[in-house]
Amino acid sequence: MTTTVQVPAQIPLDSYASIVGAAEIDELKALARPLQDKKFTMVNSTAVGGGVAEILNRLVPLADELGVKIRWEVLKGGPDFYEVTKSFHNALHGAPYQAKQRDFDIFLQYNEQNRSQIDLGAEFVVIHDPQPAALINGRQNHSGHWVWRCHIDLSRPNQDVWNFLQQFVAQYDGSIFSSPEFSRQLPIPQYLFYPSIDPLAEKNRELDPEFIEDVLSQYMIDPARPILTQISRFDRLKDPVGVIRAYQIVKRYFDCQLVLAGGGASDDPEGSVVLQEVMRAAGNDPDIKVLELPAWAPLEVNALQRASTVVIQKSLREGFGLTVAEALWKKKPVVASAVGGIPIQVIHKQTGLLAHSVEGAAYQIRYLLSHPEIATRLGEQGHKHVKENFLITSNLKNYLTLFMIFLRQSQGA
Amino acid sequence: MSSENGTQQAIKPFEFFTAAHLTRIGNQIAGSLAEMVTCLDHCSDASIFHHTFQTLGTHHFLTEGFSNDFAQWVYAATNRAELAEQLAALDVRDYVSLAELRRDLRRMVADYCRDFPQFSEQRALECFYFCEGVEATTALSLPPASNLTQFRDGLSRISHASFHFHFISSRLRLQLKTNDFSQWLADSLGKHSLASHVNRIDIYTNTLDSARSKILRLIDREIKLS
Repeated sequence: MTTTVQVPAQIPLDSYASIVGAAEIDELKALARPLQDKKFTMVNSTAVGGGVAEILNRLVPLADELGVKIRWEVLKGGPDFYEVTKSFHNALHGAPYQAKQRDFDIFLQYNEQNRSQIDLGAEFVVIHDPQPAALINGRQNHSGHWVWRCHIDLSRPNQDVWNFLQQFVAQYDGSIFSSPEFSRQLPIPQYLFYPSIDPLAEKNRELDPEFIEDVLSQYMIDPARPILTQISRFDRLKDPVGVIRAYQIVKRYFDCQLVLAGGGASDDPEGSVVLQEVMRAAGNDPDIKVLELPAWAPLEVNALQRASTVVIQKSLREGFGLTVAEALWKKKPVVASAVGGIPIQVIHKQTGLLAHSVEGAAYQIRYLLSHPEIATRLGEQGHKHVKENFLITSNLKNYLTLFMIFLRQSQGA
Repeated sequence: MSSENGTQQAIKPFEFFTAAHLTRIGNQIAGSLAEMVTCLDHCSDASIFHHTFQTLGTHHFLTEGFSNDFAQWVYAATNRAELAEQLAALDVRDYVSLAELRRDLRRMVADYCRDFPQFSEQRALECFYFCEGVEATTALSLPPASNLTQFRDGLSRISHASFHFHFISSRLRLQLKTNDFSQWLADSLGKHSLASHVNRIDIYTNTLDSARSKILRLIDREIKLS
């Protein structure tokens, strides 16, 4: 019923030495050394698509290179299970939801079925997100070290769903959240792991200037004038109309262009409505480029970010907002809303500028366009911030450290 | 003489370690300056350490205006620049105990609340979440340094985390106003002047990389001394 995911090594660990330094790679090797004869299992709900699968697709082979063999299992469920877990997901994010006993029964039934299929006897078990959380019921005699990695924002959860989930979470040895703000009061230790980007992935790697020029040309963007960009799906919570209003204020002072690029509007009914709102707000301004990208267009996104003068993330609500880390990695000055995980990435006046309104965002953009030397400094410092905290190697280091701490605890060290 | 300076045998070799840290989220949250005072009363020593010493490593690349999480929060979330400057001026090297550091942090915030009561209950733009570091120390595969040349070679190769462990957080571990490097240079090699110069490097206006470069330059000068 379950699927063990075989992940081929794509980018060797040593390739990251040129980015993070050989000393960091040596440190990963030192941390991994005591873990090499141990067994590790990670379980999530999908092998492809979504941020968790994207991270595991890189994390598992990198750990493997260090001799830390992680078995990656993917939960299996029917349409009824995914319908319930999707509802749970939205409810845990704070959406209105009337939980029924039948939903809880379906959730438990599939977790029970998967429990009999997955070898949960590893010394270290990491369960990702709510879908497989009840697998903990299969733990034998409190064996191994079990960690629940929560990738979602639990700051305002639907109380019924959270109460149901909490009974399982409380049985783990520890939990991991992406921001202190997303965590809950729990009887188990809660650790902070930031989400990460892969600097060598297509979305973030260096690009040939010719390719960037081609992308600009394809979308009729003038490279000679300032380019303001927001990369986000067409969602009201990303406030694309607010971005247009900020741009319109900036436009009074600077001859600039605005790029709003996002994907997936065609197969998302709400996305299509928002896209229409955006088109209306853009009117007939030829300097506003509204680009509906394919669902997976990493090189185009990379090129648009690299070509930008200022990158905007004017979300009204946000999870962690890794598009900010992507822009900072490319040394771009960022103007972003102080919501969700964004202030962790944008330290105001140090690695970017925060804003709390349309007018505030417009002012900060104008400030950066007037002070390119400050924009450059913010971009440089933002790059260093990402390098220290938000790269896949940091994520791997966190897991190795956590495993080592558990190991030492069990050895009484 | 130059070769002697580089190859003089140390009484005890220097062993390079590294410390990987995890951040553990605590249960205390401050949404105003008044709440910050209460939290500073009750948070763990590990939390004080995390938001002062540890954050200096995390944000070492910022050499302007950033010194600890408390100062940054007061500046960015409560917009009280004067208090932020006072907090930022605290130098962790002046402290050999976290109790002293906690007392000074608390006093500064409490005094400000007393002098400006209109700001003490004002809600911050974002809350301050108290966290603490959990450390896993590991020996690096670098060979122990038995003389200055070997020490220089090891120092040039260690990670930021290892450098931070030996140069910054060691001050609390040693309960002394020094660091692992200076202590070894003085006690095992008898190089008191070099140890003192290394200890005087300003960790607030240098990044970890530039601080390391300065130490390497000081060692090079020492080796070349005739």
